[in-house]
Amino acid sequence: MLNASLKELSASLAAKRISSVELTRLFLGRIGELNGKLNAFISVDAEKSLAQARAADELIAKGGEQALTGIPVAHKDIFVARDWLTTCGSKILSNFVGPYDAHLIERFNAVGAVLLGKTNMDEFAMGSSSESSFYGPVKNPWNPECVPGGSSGGSAAAVAARMAPAATGTDTGGSIRQPAALSGISGLKPTYGLVSRYGMIAFASSLDQGGPLAKSAEDLALLLNVIAGFDPRDSTSIEREKEDYTRDLDRPLSGLRVGVPKEHFGEGLAPDVGAAVEAALAQLEKLGVKRVPIELPNSSLSVPAYYVIAPAEASSNLSRFDGARYGYRAKNYSDLADMYRRTRAEGFGAEVRRRILIGTYVLSHGYYDAYYLKAQKIRRLIAGDFTEAFKRCDVVIGPTSPTVAFKIGAKTADPVQMYLNDIYTIPANLAGLPAASIPCGFGAGGLPVGLHLVGNYFAEAKLLNVAHRYQRETDWHRREPAGLKT
Amino acid sequence: MPLSPEEVRRIAELARIGISDAEARKIQAELNDIFELIGRMQKVDTGGIAPMTHAQGPALRLREDAVTETDQRELFQSIAPQTEAGLYLVPKVIE
Repeated sequence: MLNASLKELSASLAAKRISSVELTRLFLGRIGELNGKLNAFISVDAEKSLAQARAADELIAKGGEQALTGIPVAHKDIFVARDWLTTCGSKILSNFVGPYDAHLIERFNAVGAVLLGKTNMDEFAMGSSSESSFYGPVKNPWNPECVPGGSSGGSAAAVAARMAPAATGTDTGGSIRQPAALSGISGLKPTYGLVSRYGMIAFASSLDQGGPLAKSAEDLALLLNVIAGFDPRDSTSIEREKEDYTRDLDRPLSGLRVGVPKEHFGEGLAPDVGAAVEAALAQLEKLGVKRVPIELPNSSLSVPAYYVIAPAEASSNLSRFDGARYGYRAKNYSDLADMYRRTRAEGFGAEVRRRILIGTYVLSHGYYDAYYLKAQKIRRLIAGDFTEAFKRCDVVIGPTSPTVAFKIGAKTADPVQMYLNDIYTIPANLAGLPAASIPCGFGAGGLPVGLHLVGNYFAEAKLLNVAHRYQRETDWHRREPAGLKT
Repeated sequence: MPLSPEEVRRIAELARIGISDAEARKIQAELNDIFELIGRMQKVDTGGIAPMTHAQGPALRLREDAVTETDQRELFQSIAPQTEAGLYLVPKVIE
């Protein structure tokens, strides 16, 4: 059951082989067993989860179930959920109990899924390792001395360790895909605008997207079906015809053109990762795809541009955390400005403070043109590279991360070292394109390697099709961390 | 372009984040490293390129001019640090 796909779990629930209550208890038990070691969850509340499970069982008994009714799902602690502590991995929200549900949470509630718990993450989604959380680092289930990736590391670890059959995350510069890669699971960042950001605590509003993490592309498709869709409360939510993201999963790949960008296979890519990705490309060619060399000439500018745009937007978004209306407030202060200064100095961790300061600087008078405006122009160049590429290919494929998971603490001394982890994932965020990571092998230390796929706008079905056909021929996505085997 | 300690203090004040002198020095070194990374942007000529704010064009949706929110003040203030008579309490600003 712990290893079952979402389709198998749904079938078992419908056939009454297991109840949602039993299934939820099973995963709660697994969390109880492993969370002390992995620190994947910040909040678990068996009473609340089981109440939802009972309601789901009633719905199933009446024959009213939908695809994910009764399925427990873990949510990154960036999604506000009514009556659940929602911390964003930060001290400044360590006492914040959600007064409403995020759109994504509402969608899961509407189909009768079960909220299994809130997962650990880099503070305010700022990080690539899940080490900066106020609640301590998340451990990689494949090697607990290593990071699971970030910022959605708790969700990735939960799925990898079979503590949850599915999870949600957010991706601003790679924060779903990179932890999926480092933790040996599948993750998807949808096209910008596809999944409503209402109730998803904002980091960088023009880049943030919520998305699913699971053990397979098929599972990702089922989860995307639940969360995609127009929401008038998000001003960037796109109104378009509803899609069934499972419809093209089994489509044959013959003739599909796979663009391989030379810039993503150059200096900086670890040889073990490169080898696994090359093997995956060869496997895809066996499935009939045509490899097309492409160029993304402005690729090397994506990290610098991102580390202007994202902190700039973050400095604005995080200005609301001032201790006035909710969250942490400093105990001692002399006046209002002092209350703000101390609350924010005490409530925010070092990485968050760094990024707010960068953002404040690049938006300040005299520097806006040289930094923020310049970065926005580079953004257009990067999006333009993809537009050109998609004239010659259907999907762009490469490595998700330059290395496999690194040791906890290995990169915390040098922020720039940490930032360079996102080199392959950031371009899709800047362009707003859908992108996924799926497991494609193992590298140094027996740690997972992820394959990165980027599609054209709203081409999630095609991305998931490529991923699913690959997963039909390989079993990387079925591997489990040794020592945690179910 | 390296930051001076005064600039670090100025930015921290704009961002309303209190920092000590020791922290300011540490942050100055870290920010300067990051600005070196960011500086790589300057090597490309972006003359004539229009800035891109996000994937979709700048189109703001309109809606009916009708009340859709309900009064949830009590609920929202139940998690506030300090309130009184429906107001959020903060230190006095005007003497």
